[in-house]
Amino acid sequence: MRRLRLPAFIPAALLLAGLLGAWELYVDLGGADPLILPAPHAIAKALYTDRSLLWSNFLVTAQEVLLGIVVAALLGLALALAIHFSRTLRRALYPLVIASQTIPIPMIAPLLALWLGFGIKPKLAVIALVSFFPIVVTAMAGLAAVDQDLLKLMRTFDAPRRRTFWLLELPAALPGVLTGAKVAVVVAVIGAVFAEWAGSTSGLGYLFLQAEPQLLIPRAYAAFVILSLFAIALFALLTLAERIAVPWAYRPKGAV
Amino acid sequence: MIEAPAEEPRERQRPGGVAVESVSRTFASRRGPVLALQGMSLRAGHNELIAVVGPSGCGKTTLLELICGLQQPDAGTITAAPAALMPQRDLLLPWLGALDNAVLALRAQGVPRQQARAQALPWLERFGLQGFEQTKPAQLSGGMRQRVSFLRTLLAGKPVLALDEPFASLDAITRAEMQGWLGHVLAAEPRTVVLVTHDVEEAVMLGDRVVVMSPRPGRAVAEVSVELERPRKRTDPELAALKERVYEALGVAS
Repeated sequence: MRRLRLPAFIPAALLLAGLLGAWELYVDLGGADPLILPAPHAIAKALYTDRSLLWSNFLVTAQEVLLGIVVAALLGLALALAIHFSRTLRRALYPLVIASQTIPIPMIAPLLALWLGFGIKPKLAVIALVSFFPIVVTAMAGLAAVDQDLLKLMRTFDAPRRRTFWLLELPAALPGVLTGAKVAVVVAVIGAVFAEWAGSTSGLGYLFLQAEPQLLIPRAYAAFVILSLFAIALFALLTLAERIAVPWAYRPKGAV
Repeated sequence: MIEAPAEEPRERQRPGGVAVESVSRTFASRRGPVLALQGMSLRAGHNELIAVVGPSGCGKTTLLELICGLQQPDAGTITAAPAALMPQRDLLLPWLGALDNAVLALRAQGVPRQQARAQALPWLERFGLQGFEQTKPAQLSGGMRQRVSFLRTLLAGKPVLALDEPFASLDAITRAEMQGWLGHVLAAEPRTVVLVTHDVEEAVMLGDRVVVMSPRPGRAVAEVSVELERPRKRTDPELAALKERVYEALGVAS
């Protein structure tokens, strides 16, 4: 008996179509005022009519997110290495790394805008603040997860510390770092929106903020749709990177 | 029935020997300190293969780590030529092919990649791994992985090899094959070997001498010399008699 194999995207597409259909029906049948909750067709229309406005603001946000991720990755990896190699630095840095995640972003973002202005700098600061954490934690775990017996083996091979790092610890940490990066890109998008809300003159978060009081609700939702698609695209890109860069750790679904 | 290890003072002067003298070693565990070894003595002459058998948890792995200098004894002395470890699990790096795994020790010692590969390539052929140079460990059979793991330890270039139950994870047939294979390799490429095992047959098949350890705290309770021609036959009645002696020393009635 053969089972029909559906392409991987079909279940998600069906679920999405079902949810959108239910939403459309709910609004069309008078469940909510279309001014307050626009139907999907109205959002789709806004995506089309406002496309140049959305695109130019998307470019601003995308730049913030991508640069922010780079800053977060550099910061995260540097901290992970410092913590991995030095017990003293671990004791000094680790509590601060954790404390940094208790900072309420909506409260600190306006303060950063006040200090760093309305340009890209406060956005990078906010994105780096929310995104470096998953990278630090996964990189630390990856570096420390090397089998103790393998480290003993390297000692009997007279391997100096730095070669153990390059030959063993760094490649072993890579899959974890990529997993951390997948989390980081998604929260980076949220960070960018908060940063734009705190003070900016462009970007999808800014557009969202402007559209809402003007009751251009479909436009606000359209901005939200684009942000989601952007986060999904970044996530998918990193999944692809995992498959190419760390094939030994990449597990296709269904495999143990 | 305790047999003192035979005195071989001259053997100790040879370059590749190992001398463990009345060594004790305690390690900390979650349930307090554990005395792993107490008064353990063992000698291995240059290019001699000493098989160490004992019940589980008798401190065999601790003994090998002491010989390799990974631990220091709490009491007693250890004089050993530089030793390389072959761990119980193959611990091959999943992102490297067989050849690059085999040269790990060379790379660790700073040999450039191409030079290390060139040095290891003929060995891969001798070890029956030709055609698998680029194959990742996940695609190699258990026996092949152990061969790569052994080659990695051999290429470290140390006079002493400390083998920690190298074939314990293999099925019985592959294990028998690998034991024969190891015998051949060491005949061609002699090294001082301390082979830790819980397989009595493996011990008498491969060892020049078999050192029997007590349960924890481990110490040598008997030593059986195996003066049989190589390659040895599993079915040799003399081998069976030696196995019997080892089992007796282990306190296992048959």
